[in-house]
Amino acid sequence: MNKLEVNNLNLFYGENHALKDISIKIPNRQVTALIGPSGCGKSTLLRTLNRMNDLVPNVTINGEVKFEDWDIYANNDVKQLRMRVGMVFQKANPFPMSIYENVAFGLKAQGMRDKKQLDKIVKESLRSAALWDEVQDRLDTSALGLSGGQQQRLCIARTIAMEPEVILMDEPTSALDPIATHKIEELMDELRKKFTIVIVTHSMNQAKRISDKTAFFWMGELVEHGDTQQVFNQPQDKRTQGYVSGEFG
Amino acid sequence: MLKRETQDKLLLASTWAAASITIVFLLWVVWHILSNGLSHVSWEFVSSAYTRIGESSGIWSMIVSTVYMVALTLSIAAPVGIMTAIYLTEYAKAGSKIVQVLRFCIESLAGIPSIVYGLFGMTFFVTTLGLGFSILAGALTLSVLILPVIIRTTEEALMAVPMSYREGGYALGSSKIYTIWRLILPSAMPGIVTSVILSIGRVIGESAPVFLTAGMVTKIPESVFDSGRTLTVHLYKLTQELFTQHEWDQAYATATVLIVLVLILNLITKIIAARYNKASH
Repeated sequence: MNKLEVNNLNLFYGENHALKDISIKIPNRQVTALIGPSGCGKSTLLRTLNRMNDLVPNVTINGEVKFEDWDIYANNDVKQLRMRVGMVFQKANPFPMSIYENVAFGLKAQGMRDKKQLDKIVKESLRSAALWDEVQDRLDTSALGLSGGQQQRLCIARTIAMEPEVILMDEPTSALDPIATHKIEELMDELRKKFTIVIVTHSMNQAKRISDKTAFFWMGELVEHGDTQQVFNQPQDKRTQGYVSGEFG
Repeated sequence: MLKRETQDKLLLASTWAAASITIVFLLWVVWHILSNGLSHVSWEFVSSAYTRIGESSGIWSMIVSTVYMVALTLSIAAPVGIMTAIYLTEYAKAGSKIVQVLRFCIESLAGIPSIVYGLFGMTFFVTTLGLGFSILAGALTLSVLILPVIIRTTEEALMAVPMSYREGGYALGSSKIYTIWRLILPSAMPGIVTSVILSIGRVIGESAPVFLTAGMVTKIPESVFDSGRTLTVHLYKLTQELFTQHEWDQAYATATVLIVLVLILNLITKIIAARYNKASH
């Protein structure tokens, strides 16, 4: 079953044709990795899936993006969409408030005021993000005091708290050291059981380690998409082969 | 051509000299005022009513008028200025016509000499609106005067809030108004508070537009519709008629109170800025 389905998507930043006729199906509860050289459109595609590109001026989008049966560009309930399709950014962006308030932010924005319920969800979310043991004694301290890896896991916890169905990750480990990266990858292995994950990554090893499906982008085009094993071991396209073998990129 | 090393030394010496001159002058002015005024500042001076001739003359009513003026001006200008800044940074489309026009107006407003605001206030608020010479007319005039400052500095504080906070807020499905109110504004608050405190300094410091609109009655104003004399206006008035030593002493004592007030305000600003830096790193 497909969680997300993109059909003939074209995206322009002003005159610049950033995504060219993209069609891709994202299967439920699997990890899909989007790879390709810088500027190939992979992050742009990720950001169309929860309509974060709406924040960028002069963007034109045509084509169809379906979340289950819902054509997300056909109606304007962006808030609902973003709750169901969460996002983790390249650089951890904890808010300048306590660890607790960070995780509770999205819930409070939805009007949840019940302290017990909030406590419960905050705790569960931090557990799911493998952060609870490290922060349970200092939930009231500033989130900005956490290490980079902890901050990124906090952002994951914050996203999980909204109980999304899909989590989009935009190079979530590119600013982290190998140990913190390893922790996040372990965490993703847990998360794939409950969530559909789409991850943009620059690291081909990371894509190989964690993803079920891989999509290779090149200059705004989707060149190849399939099982990760197959894309890496028997690429059909020369450009894919060149990229995954490290000849360029 | 001078040798490189000599050039360096000359430049270093001249920057050093410039910095020293600045510091020396600042200290000199402060020392001059304090040494002439401090001995005449007493509890009696601060808490007594003003009398033109009596020895026990004080500045209590001016202090009260100043506080009224500051409080009223801020309660008018701060909300309007902050809302405008929020509109300009968060809502208006960057580079759109209306933003350009608004920015141009704000910049122009900031450059107008304050006496012109005084003239406007006297014509419009005092006469046309019939407010008379009053704290309210003065506060309205000063509000227009400090609006550009509040808007610009608040805008800067808002723009300094990282884009990633906004993205993070929206990515959680929170509404724009919630994200601004609960995330962006609190993050920018230290900057906004600093800007408001600095504009208090501006309100305290103005004299011409104040006496043209609030008058210079030396009684304690009973309401915002009464005229009142702020400390700066009082000092201005005192310096118009410096005949006896007593009048000189009064002027320096008033100046001392003003300087101390401004120093305290700057200190508070510094403390807020320092606390903010500690909290965010």
